[in-house]
Amino acid sequence: METIKNLSAKLASGETSAVALAQDSLAKIEATKNLNAYISVLNERALAKAAESDKRRAEGKSLGVLDGIPVAVKDNMCLEGTRTTAASKILDNFVAPYTATAIEKLEAAGAVIVGKTNMDEFAMGSSSETSYYGPVKNPLDETRVPGGSSGGSAVAVASGTVACALGSDTGGSIRQPAACTGVVGLKPTYGRVSRYGLLAYASSLDQIGPFGTTVADCATLLNAICGIDPHDNTTSTREPEDFGAKLDAGVKGKVIGVPKEYFADGLDPECKAAIENMLKKMEAEGATLKEVSLPHIGFAVSSYYIIATAEASSNLSRYDGVRYGYRSKEARKLFDLYAKSRSEGFGKEVQRRILLGSYVLSAGFYDAYYVQAQKVRRLITDDFNKAFESVDVIASPTMPGLPLKCGMNESDPMAVYLSDIYTVSLNLSGLPGVSVPCGMAGGLPVGLQWIGKPFQETDLLSVAAATEKLAK
Amino acid sequence: MSNYCPVIGLEIHCQLATKTKMFCGCEIEVNTTPNKHVCPVCLGMPGAMPVPNKKAVEYAIRLGLALNCEIDLNAMWTRKNYFYPDLPKGYQITQTGGLPVYDHPICKNGWLEIVKEDGTKKRVGITRIHMEEDAGKLIHDMSPTESHFDANRCGTPLCEIVTEPDIRSPEEAVLVLKKIKQTLEYTRVSNANMENGNMRCDGNISLRKSEDAPFGIRAEIKNLNSFTNLEKALYCEMNLQASTLDAGKEVEQCTKRYDPNADKTIVIRSKEDAHDYKYFPEPDMVRLVTDPAFVEEIRRTLPELPDARRKRFMDDFGVSEYDAMVLTEDRDVSEWYDTAAKNCKNGKVLANWVITELLAKVKELEGGLSALKIKPEDLCKLVNLIADNTINGKIAKTVFAEMFETGKDPEAIVKEKGLVQVTDTGAIEEVVRAVCAENAAQFAEFKAGKVALKGFLVGMTMRKSGGKANPGLVNQILDKLAKE
Ligand SMILES: [Zn+2]
Repeated sequence: METIKNLSAKLASGETSAVALAQDSLAKIEATKNLNAYISVLNERALAKAAESDKRRAEGKSLGVLDGIPVAVKDNMCLEGTRTTAASKILDNFVAPYTATAIEKLEAAGAVIVGKTNMDEFAMGSSSETSYYGPVKNPLDETRVPGGSSGGSAVAVASGTVACALGSDTGGSIRQPAACTGVVGLKPTYGRVSRYGLLAYASSLDQIGPFGTTVADCATLLNAICGIDPHDNTTSTREPEDFGAKLDAGVKGKVIGVPKEYFADGLDPECKAAIENMLKKMEAEGATLKEVSLPHIGFAVSSYYIIATAEASSNLSRYDGVRYGYRSKEARKLFDLYAKSRSEGFGKEVQRRILLGSYVLSAGFYDAYYVQAQKVRRLITDDFNKAFESVDVIASPTMPGLPLKCGMNESDPMAVYLSDIYTVSLNLSGLPGVSVPCGMAGGLPVGLQWIGKPFQETDLLSVAAATEKLAK
Repeated sequence: MSNYCPVIGLEIHCQLATKTKMFCGCEIEVNTTPNKHVCPVCLGMPGAMPVPNKKAVEYAIRLGLALNCEIDLNAMWTRKNYFYPDLPKGYQITQTGGLPVYDHPICKNGWLEIVKEDGTKKRVGITRIHMEEDAGKLIHDMSPTESHFDANRCGTPLCEIVTEPDIRSPEEAVLVLKKIKQTLEYTRVSNANMENGNMRCDGNISLRKSEDAPFGIRAEIKNLNSFTNLEKALYCEMNLQASTLDAGKEVEQCTKRYDPNADKTIVIRSKEDAHDYKYFPEPDMVRLVTDPAFVEEIRRTLPELPDARRKRFMDDFGVSEYDAMVLTEDRDVSEWYDTAAKNCKNGKVLANWVITELLAKVKELEGGLSALKIKPEDLCKLVNLIADNTINGKIAKTVFAEMFETGKDPEAIVKEKGLVQVTDTGAIEEVVRAVCAENAAQFAEFKAGKVALKGFLVGMTMRKSGGKANPGLVNQILDKLAKE
């Protein structure tokens, strides 16, 4: 598998061209069509952008390390003039009238967008099976899901069609598919990357982040897409930094927090062993392991599903068949226009979550659910703050076990919901997290999730890079 | 019908006079091509996000300060969820929370003062002022089978002002609404024009047996678009509730509208089908943090408000409280008077001229005050000409009429037409003697004691002098001649 670093070096030396890279990427996409990782492939657009990149380079005006590098983006981010569906029938015919800030920044750095990747419909799912365009296949084991919701982006990288991709993470949607497919996936701190142009699932939890085959590539992508955005009032005012500045720093002297609740029942023993093995290696490298406690973590999943679905029920109200997107041809009256367009346009899982969200926000239930969930959110954030008083970084599994078998979203949705058990708390507390392959279990890679302090992605990626090195 | 005491509260919506919309950079323009001013944000496109308009926030704070409110430096945005085709996102961004913990409007706990007809003053509490966005417009007359949507108005910033239920009569309600309109105009926060809908009022009213009884069950009357309709609707609902209570029945809590033609309030929503708007904090924006220095800057630059101006007119120009109220009711009129009074020798006389002559004439003008040709400085000159005895009041009316028509300087008119008042006693006496000779019979009767004829003789003298004689002198001379 290629890295941005290698490709960039080849471009610089003239060994290859951006057009050649784009052609190669597009050919691989075609060759791996069976994985269903892409919803739209931007052949002409990508080749035109690649040609522009080559022209810049020839004129000595290269935009830097990303100039000419093929990148895939999840299909819930707007790219002007291209179809943006969020894998939903309701947006099957929707062409974005503007470009998401994160993509705009990528393109400003010269990256070539080759395609829009498949996903769970409106990012609601952990298996990439709820897409209107059919499930994404896991190239490592086709009987198992690639994780979700950014399964398409993860598979796009894992199958070698691109070196890196953008996904979005609301409850684990980057980290979890990264773990399922053996690549690196980073969810930055909430507010680090603009959400403008990202089709909101749950606005207070959503965050765009990178996938790559290496930690270094994730740092490179984050460098390009981060920063304050006048179009997104929730972006942080923090100055950008080089997130790859400490990749070689190692873990000597680092204090690693190990939450006892995360290594208790419910974690697959083989996965647990792989992670503990890595932590031992780190100890040998001079890191200190320290047990920490996150007492309220047991409430994370229920609190997450209440907040996420509450926001989703409101965020998805705009898909009403009035101004754009799918409109039922059956509708005769206003109510029917809404009811029929939405019932026909949204898939089952999306409807399930809209209903759940409307329910938890309705009068009479509001206090018991939404208000309570917000309190839990606060408590979980406090738990992490307290833990971080004595440790530099926290280690955790990314998933409770191997990737789920295909079809469980239908047969056992609860099991799918629970596969987010280790990831959702970071979205609730806004913390950054990265999943890195740390070993194998049952012939499949195991993801180790590193949790960082708010806006300390540089330190977080430093530990992740050390993991990567030790796993080799 | 028994006697009941009404308890009234108002909710006033007004459009803020910003150049651009509440959460995007689109221009605000009315009566233009449909969907001329739209963007992903105000169209509710997938992925678009709102960003607060700082000017709108400034206006809301200015209004809050003018209405003696506390400013919340950490206000919150919330979503009010409902489906309607004129509402692109399926929710309205507002600042009402549903729950106290999520209820942080930009302004709260203020008050205003009204002056009742009998001159007594009363304070009415302002519960809150919050910001929100307006919806678009549906157009139903373009096609027999389809409705069309114009998003130009989508996202226009609004302020909702909510009063405490401190109002005790429909007349007071009108005074409160007038005071709010006046405050909006003085602060230039809104054009506050009720006719074109950039200000509208909801009134809620309940009845109770006595002033110290607990509040009764209230009805809310939506979208009252004039002072008259507010007053009439409240009276109408009062009577209806009174007869309901008299019949031993309970008033039903509901939302109504007022039909001015039938003079009836009509139920549009009962309590049972009250909407559940599922309010929750807007997750696409952080809390609206305001720098206290920004608030102080707004406070420092707050324009003179109606109450202060009224007091100044009384103190500086010797105007009565009633006249000062009339002069300050409309911001433009008060500014006009203020300019005119600056070099005026008699502010009180000037006030009379403005109130009785000028405002009556302005009413006839299509463009109102802005179409008036008379300059304030010139009305000041006219009043000064009277004060100097250069012309008398009667001539002044003629001069005023010409000023109104042509906008000419009164001094020039007086000079041109030779209207300078005759104050030369000898010259006037000559005229008086001539008049007495011409009307010898009447003069004889007057001399014999028929005082009523004096007016006739003065009138004849004024006519003969072309109105230029000083009427005071004419009177004196007549008295003298009668004794001869
Ligand atoms: Zn706009």
